[in-house]
Amino acid sequence: MAYQAHLQVWRGDADSGELRDYTVEANEGEVVLDLLHRLQATQCPDLAVRWNCKAGKCGSCSAEVNGRPRLTCMTRMSVFAEGETITVTPMRTFPVIKDLVCDVSYNYVKAREVPSFTPPEGLEPGEYRMQQVDVQRSQEFRKCIECFLCQDTCHVIRDHEENKESFSGPRFLMRVAELEMHPLDSYEEAGGNRAEEARGEHGLGMCNITKCCTDVCPEHIQITDNSLIPLKERVADQRYDPITRFFRRKKD
Amino acid sequence: MSAPTTRAGRARTSARTLRTDRWWLPPLVTFVGLSLFVIYGLVRTFMNQWYWAPEYHYLAPFYSPCLSTSCVPGASHLFDVPLPGWFPPPIIVLPFVLGFRLTCYYYRKAYYRSFWASPPACAVTEPHSRYTGESRFPLILQNAHRYFFYPALLVAAVLTYDTVIAFHGVGGGVGVGLGTVLMLINAVLLWAYTLSCHSCRHLVGGRINHFSRHPVRYWMWTQVTKLNGRHMMLAWASLISVAVVDLYVMLVAGGVFPDLRLIN
Amino acid sequence: MADIERHDYDVIVIGAGGAGLRAAIEARSRGLRTAVVCKSLFGKAHTVMAEGGIAASMGNVNSRDNWQVHYRDTMRGGKFLNNWRMAELHAKEAPQRVWELETYGALFDRTPEGKISQRNFGGHEYPRLAHVGDRTGLELIRTLQQKIVSLQQEDHAEHGDYEARLRVYPECTVTELLLDEGRIAGAFAYWRENGRFLRLEAPTVVLATGGIGKSFKVTSNSWEYTGDGHALALRAGANLIDMEFVQFHPTGMVYPPSVKGILVTESVRGDGGVLRDAEGRRFMFDYVPEVFKGSYADSEQEADGWYSDPDNNRRPPELLPRDEVARAINSEVKEGRGSPHGGVYLDVASRLPAEEIARRLPSMHHQFKELADVDITAESMEVGPTCHYVMGGVEVDPDTAASGVAGLFAAGEAAGGMHGSNRLGGNSLGDLLVFGKRAGAGAAEYVAGLGARPEVSQADVEAAEQRALRPFEESGSAAAQHPYALHGELQQVMNELVGIIRRGEEMSSALDELAELKDRAGHMAVFEGNRQFNPAWHLTLDVANMLLVSECVARAALRRTESRGGHTRDDHPGMDATWRRRQLVCEHRDGAVTVTERTHPPMRRDLLELFDITELRKYFTADELGEVTAEL
Repeated sequence: MAYQAHLQVWRGDADSGELRDYTVEANEGEVVLDLLHRLQATQCPDLAVRWNCKAGKCGSCSAEVNGRPRLTCMTRMSVFAEGETITVTPMRTFPVIKDLVCDVSYNYVKAREVPSFTPPEGLEPGEYRMQQVDVQRSQEFRKCIECFLCQDTCHVIRDHEENKESFSGPRFLMRVAELEMHPLDSYEEAGGNRAEEARGEHGLGMCNITKCCTDVCPEHIQITDNSLIPLKERVADQRYDPITRFFRRKKD
Repeated sequence: MSAPTTRAGRARTSARTLRTDRWWLPPLVTFVGLSLFVIYGLVRTFMNQWYWAPEYHYLAPFYSPCLSTSCVPGASHLFDVPLPGWFPPPIIVLPFVLGFRLTCYYYRKAYYRSFWASPPACAVTEPHSRYTGESRFPLILQNAHRYFFYPALLVAAVLTYDTVIAFHGVGGGVGVGLGTVLMLINAVLLWAYTLSCHSCRHLVGGRINHFSRHPVRYWMWTQVTKLNGRHMMLAWASLISVAVVDLYVMLVAGGVFPDLRLIN
Repeated sequence: MADIERHDYDVIVIGAGGAGLRAAIEARSRGLRTAVVCKSLFGKAHTVMAEGGIAASMGNVNSRDNWQVHYRDTMRGGKFLNNWRMAELHAKEAPQRVWELETYGALFDRTPEGKISQRNFGGHEYPRLAHVGDRTGLELIRTLQQKIVSLQQEDHAEHGDYEARLRVYPECTVTELLLDEGRIAGAFAYWRENGRFLRLEAPTVVLATGGIGKSFKVTSNSWEYTGDGHALALRAGANLIDMEFVQFHPTGMVYPPSVKGILVTESVRGDGGVLRDAEGRRFMFDYVPEVFKGSYADSEQEADGWYSDPDNNRRPPELLPRDEVARAINSEVKEGRGSPHGGVYLDVASRLPAEEIARRLPSMHHQFKELADVDITAESMEVGPTCHYVMGGVEVDPDTAASGVAGLFAAGEAAGGMHGSNRLGGNSLGDLLVFGKRAGAGAAEYVAGLGARPEVSQADVEAAEQRALRPFEESGSAAAQHPYALHGELQQVMNELVGIIRRGEEMSSALDELAELKDRAGHMAVFEGNRQFNPAWHLTLDVANMLLVSECVARAALRRTESRGGHTRDDHPGMDATWRRRQLVCEHRDGAVTVTERTHPPMRRDLLELFDITELRKYFTADELGEVTAEL
């Protein structure tokens, strides 16, 4: 069952780098990350790869396999032909540190710019009551493992470095949507407006809903249909639709 | 082409994309499909004839609702706008129908990818050096999608009415021809496409944060959500069905072949 | 060393999992300048892997639940070896810690009344686990991560700097604790990204580094679980307790080989899944031990009745504590009734409708689909035991989480005592929160009562630096060793010789092999690359920790001549009541690991009264019971 697989791995750092060819053993049931580990153990001990759980739960081992953003731990070798050369490169949208490891600090900067959950006044811990149907939309977004593949694939910042300043990317627009739909979030009562901030601070208008974020999501979260578009519609409610603005009630 | 991969310490790779699959195929298919429809639509609009088959009571969907004094007798709806005879009636309604599809969240994705290559496919570098998305004029107008949704409901209702009319028998009474069946399918698809719209999903219930307090709207939202999952499929199916019905009525009205009658 | 980055804090939390983050939140909320140092990116800690839920007796699903019942379950699960005070604090405080998470923004699954839903789990008498599908750990880590961010936002509003009072050092490894006359003075660390060193000065350190699973070949643990906290504590002079108790989770994936060990959540069984041998027989009925006979069903009919009517039926034996189930699977496989890949079958497909499985166990469904091509809504899973958790850890004071070294605290898996000889599922997340908070508070109190702050000595920093850089010098030596190969050998030794079933002579030979590996480990070398993100170098430092901790495990396991919880001896198969009171303590003195024996303090009277005397008789010696009955 074992065979020799051909891998092309990007090796280098911020200054320079190249694709290098390797031949490495592949066994039944293995994933790309297994082969990278075998490379480390047998041929290039200093090959930099970020990984943790190897079960698709932590979102550390993001990279691009044959040009497509993927978790290497969830990319099975069986999807490739035995003779095929498999190219593994670091995520293109972020600065590279070394080999397949990128500097993803952009994401942590953006995470801080989303105002946190605002607890409702007058409710003590243990007094929160929420219905399952009311939490399930935000729960879907909380499945996010922060692999940042959606950020990597989003052309708004992938192809336009200059947009990083004004655009937070699908991951954090979805975070805004999650809080916006949270049944007990009191940010609005405290004077905030999440939908408006999504448009203003986080650049929701930059998104042209081409759905690549949804396509790459390893958790199969419907980022576009369930968070970005509803958020755009909520912005439309407030900003472009005088009728619904008139009818808008808090606490609906 | 810009070369963003060399900026800001990103890993240097020369290729525009390292994708090895045929990533260019879906945008190409979309491009061809949408172009064909637009060309057909333009030709058909300015044809300004063969849209009403009186013996079968078939009205071509491109001409419905027919709101001009120039509409051929029998084809006209409700009220008539006085327009010169050379003025094709669809031009009154078309902006609404087209506007609905043009601002539709699915079609936006489709034409941004296939016509504007922004991006052509996921993880394939786009050819533009600047990008502002839908944050500025004119694309900020996409936010008006819901205003096209309401007329789209009316149009769907009118086409349903047309379909009912098409159940007239040739010699009176009830009759069904192939055209009637096609019109029925088209009406169903149009309704499904219109109701599966993202704005509709938002308006019926998506804007609510506490579904549990609005069980009826939650139920409606659930139903629209199910349809919404097939929005792309419905967008294409209804686009094709409109063209097919229109073509069929045109050929029947033009006398190329008679309608295939099933009942009366 | 002018080029060493230097920072000053009140508390350094090592580890950014549930315990570390909860400790950091507590410390920062009490006004301490806090650093969180973690080996991975922020939010990637191993806590995300926890699937089942957080055990807390909120009584939302069954109102009869309360802390006393939870306490009893915990003690039974640990076979009465637990530190009773920790078990008590845990049972009492877990509900408050869970509710608190909701104020940070957590979204648990709900009951029809809108309360937090709770699910059944092995060893828990009532439905008790607060959960979010089967991704509770992710919810926990994300919630705490977002709470940290919200505290940073407060600091930003106040000081204009997000990191004014709370900073996370991601991808940063602590290699040494720095002491000043036996008190904590700081920590020495390096950035994984560029290999640059850090000198962090602080009078307190909270160890929240998790477990030691990477010393074993088949494990559900990630690369981070190299026993860093255990090793740091030992070297700083603190004690480790209960190190012989290593939990093998009964259900890990066994096939394909590359995913062997990855966890299959216990919720599969909690929600109705059953274990079957190759012939389809539910074998767990044969393995209900004497001490649990009263509360577990002896027929399939009764077991199945329990899911809908728990008041009139006893629990299915699939929900026995983990050690029992793991042993049962092990012996089924050994006797030739296993599945083709050396496991048994976990069947939920025939028990629940497909949609229900997909709704309740989404991440399991996803995991099997993507990694093994198995659709769990239609087929059985092949499962077998996998190294999962270490009950042993740093000996701490239950109330303050303080270790024997002044200024050193420990919480979560790195701390020992709470779980006794075996941890119940769901008690880990509760442990993280309860004792994470207590460790943060303990550190704050320690800092408040501190006179002169301890000082870091330059010589210690230089020594730490030298030690960290040694693998680069070794590459030229003739004895140079490859870290990856050495790590592989260590895992093999631990898995084969100190694994789920142990024998005296095997463990003796394991100790010989560990000694040999230790010698060679001194020559581990970095053959390629420099200090910039070099996994080989990182591993050399981790392997040293794993070796030290593995030695503790093997020595303690050899010493304990009975079987109990996460320690099963083939040569001493029975539980021995005389061992119940005896605790094994590992120390590190002059470069050598020693194990000493100590007597557990007797349980407080009111806690003892929570149990039935007939139950106590199963665990306690007649002598002890003599004292007890006299007391009662």
